[in-house]
Amino acid sequence: MQFIQIQDVTKAYANHLALDKVSLSVPKQTIYGLLGPNGAGKTSLIRIINQITAPDSGEIFIDGEKLQPKHIAQIGYLPEERGLYKKMKVGEQALYLAQLKGVDKIIAEKRLKVWFERFEIMSWWNRKVEELSKGMQQKIQFVVTVIHEPRLLIFDEPFSGFDPINVNILKEEILRLRQEGATIIFSTHNMSSVEELCDTIALINNGNKILEGSVKEIKQQYRTNTYEVHLTSVATALGDSLPNGFHLLSKLVTGYNEVTATIQCDPYVKANDLLGFLMDFGQIVSYRELLPNVHDIFIQQIESQTDKN
Amino acid sequence: MNKTLLILKREYLTRVKKPSFIIMTFLGPLLMALLMVVPIFLATISDSGLKKVAVLDETEWFKSKFENDENYIYSYVNDDLDSLKSMVLKGDYNTLLYIPKPELNIPVNAILFNAKQASISLKSSIRNTIKTEVENRKLLSSGIDPEVIKSSKTNINIQTIKLEDDGKESKSYTEVDVALGLITSILIYFFIFMFGALVMRGVIEEKTSRIIEVMVSSVKPFQLMMGKITGIALVGLTQFLLWVLLTLGLYSVFALLFGPEAVSQLPAGTNMIGQNIGAAQISGNAQVTEIFEVINSIDFGVIIFSFLIYFIGGYLLYAALFAAIGSAVDNEADTQQFMLPVSIPLILGIVLSNFIVNNPDGNIAFWLSMLPLTSPVIMMVRIPFGVPYWEIALSMSLLVAGFVFTTWLAAKIYRTGILMYGKKVNYKELWKWIRYQ
Repeated sequence: MQFIQIQDVTKAYANHLALDKVSLSVPKQTIYGLLGPNGAGKTSLIRIINQITAPDSGEIFIDGEKLQPKHIAQIGYLPEERGLYKKMKVGEQALYLAQLKGVDKIIAEKRLKVWFERFEIMSWWNRKVEELSKGMQQKIQFVVTVIHEPRLLIFDEPFSGFDPINVNILKEEILRLRQEGATIIFSTHNMSSVEELCDTIALINNGNKILEGSVKEIKQQYRTNTYEVHLTSVATALGDSLPNGFHLLSKLVTGYNEVTATIQCDPYVKANDLLGFLMDFGQIVSYRELLPNVHDIFIQQIESQTDKN
Repeated sequence: MNKTLLILKREYLTRVKKPSFIIMTFLGPLLMALLMVVPIFLATISDSGLKKVAVLDETEWFKSKFENDENYIYSYVNDDLDSLKSMVLKGDYNTLLYIPKPELNIPVNAILFNAKQASISLKSSIRNTIKTEVENRKLLSSGIDPEVIKSSKTNINIQTIKLEDDGKESKSYTEVDVALGLITSILIYFFIFMFGALVMRGVIEEKTSRIIEVMVSSVKPFQLMMGKITGIALVGLTQFLLWVLLTLGLYSVFALLFGPEAVSQLPAGTNMIGQNIGAAQISGNAQVTEIFEVINSIDFGVIIFSFLIYFIGGYLLYAALFAAIGSAVDNEADTQQFMLPVSIPLILGIVLSNFIVNNPDGNIAFWLSMLPLTSPVIMMVRIPFGVPYWEIALSMSLLVAGFVFTTWLAAKIYRTGILMYGKKVNYKELWKWIRYQ
């Protein structure tokens, strides 16, 4: 079930094409990572989903309905550049922003109290935003983003500016929000958080979608058939005598008769054959496939794109 | 609740609750009142009680020239200077006026000896008496009778009567019209600049604090802009209204405390409506009553109504432009290049208003009062002189059309500008934004 359908969205600015017929689909109740280098078109796309700007062509559907102004109340957006009214009091400001999203004042106040209790920031209610540290302001901003209980959440670099402890709190909250039914679009450069949190990712560059799919599938798709083995009690030297189809990429002799090696298989051979072959050499301690991480795929894809141009 | 209304409410409340607003609102009229009250208060204090002035007149020209009044009693003495000085110190006299014999043709000198500081009013009254006497003596020595000079001084009083279409004749007083026109137009000018700048700063603040992206993900940029402009307009109206009320309040408290005579002595121009300006320029009771007669005949209904329309209309027209400027820049320092062309029509209006009062029905006056960028200032200058209703109606309609146009234009710049950072914006760029779909 797709929650967001983006179909052939194009957006051109005066002298460059920010989005060129981009189509994406975000499954319901998942965390969707939107990846891409700076200037790829992520912010343009996010702004279009938020109806801050309109696309030149293409359509967007949210839960089967064409995107329209009423959906603003169902979207929560945490921009990369955070901002609050500095001179305004925390509670007053959160109430104001919640009301702008269409939440009734009394309900907003109740929900805010729950969130403030949860983050243990109740004592900030009557303090001015400018009196708070940057990390504190980020917490407020996060609360303000989710206060209207949106069905779609868009986080642009949500972890920048947080210390590791607060990053963990935030991750838990994001996972909990998904649990409660929200669909989350997550735009970031931080690849480790992508692998940890995202169910699906899309990679865009220069206004084009390069790949899209679940993290698992993509990793499979970009597997290089490389294995890492760890052997002890090695009798003969490993390397010169590998059968056809297997290539030794690296070998590390650690200690007495102990070897860690990475071996790549050609697509037509079975990985299990390698295992059988290795048994003759010594004791196999560990054996695992080296799947590419998202970071590598990201860099590889962007570089191959740049080469093409 | 409507989102524009929510924004309006916030813009209004945060500004009205600011200490600077409260201080300005209450301090303004208080300072004004102090300005009016203190001189009179001081005067009443220093003039309390009779003061004795000893006159030692060596010239013997001023015998019985100094006349006693409610404050000063003059007594002519003939003792020597030093003993008189000690009498002043002892308190037998408050002041000793010593007029030494003039040497040859050196002008007459006078010296005032006081135990305390001599009052200004005493000094000036003595100066006048001596001056008149010396002048009369000079005239006599040239063979001219001072009475002839006195009788040749003439007051010319020209009455102006305005002929109305319906055959009615009404007295008019150009000075009153000038004062009314200039004061109302200057008020509008200041209001537009003060609160227009507030709109601009508000937009820049939202941009630099980066709250703007959160805001426009909840509301349309146009709603945000209009909420801000109308909210600040209400702040301005609130401040203006409070000023008027407080000034009137203080004025009446003052009148109760010091009596109505004191009020009529108030320095010219401190009265909000400016009725006293004309009065100050003319002395003589007959003319003052005449002015009040004229003031009563002025159509304040039309003036107040048009003042409000031009006050609000002019503000809305310019505030939209100021909002657009604020959205196009990253900080206040960059506003200069755009501020200039926006301010020129207003400044031109104020500069030309001195010229307009001399020829309120001329061609230039007519066209400038039709052009929406200048009409709020120029039309207010013209209205006290009487402007045909159709002209006022046309000018107001053009003003409305003007502010609809600038708002439309500003909204286009605004919605692009608020999300644009780090770009040096020029007019070509602005033009591009206007043409974006």
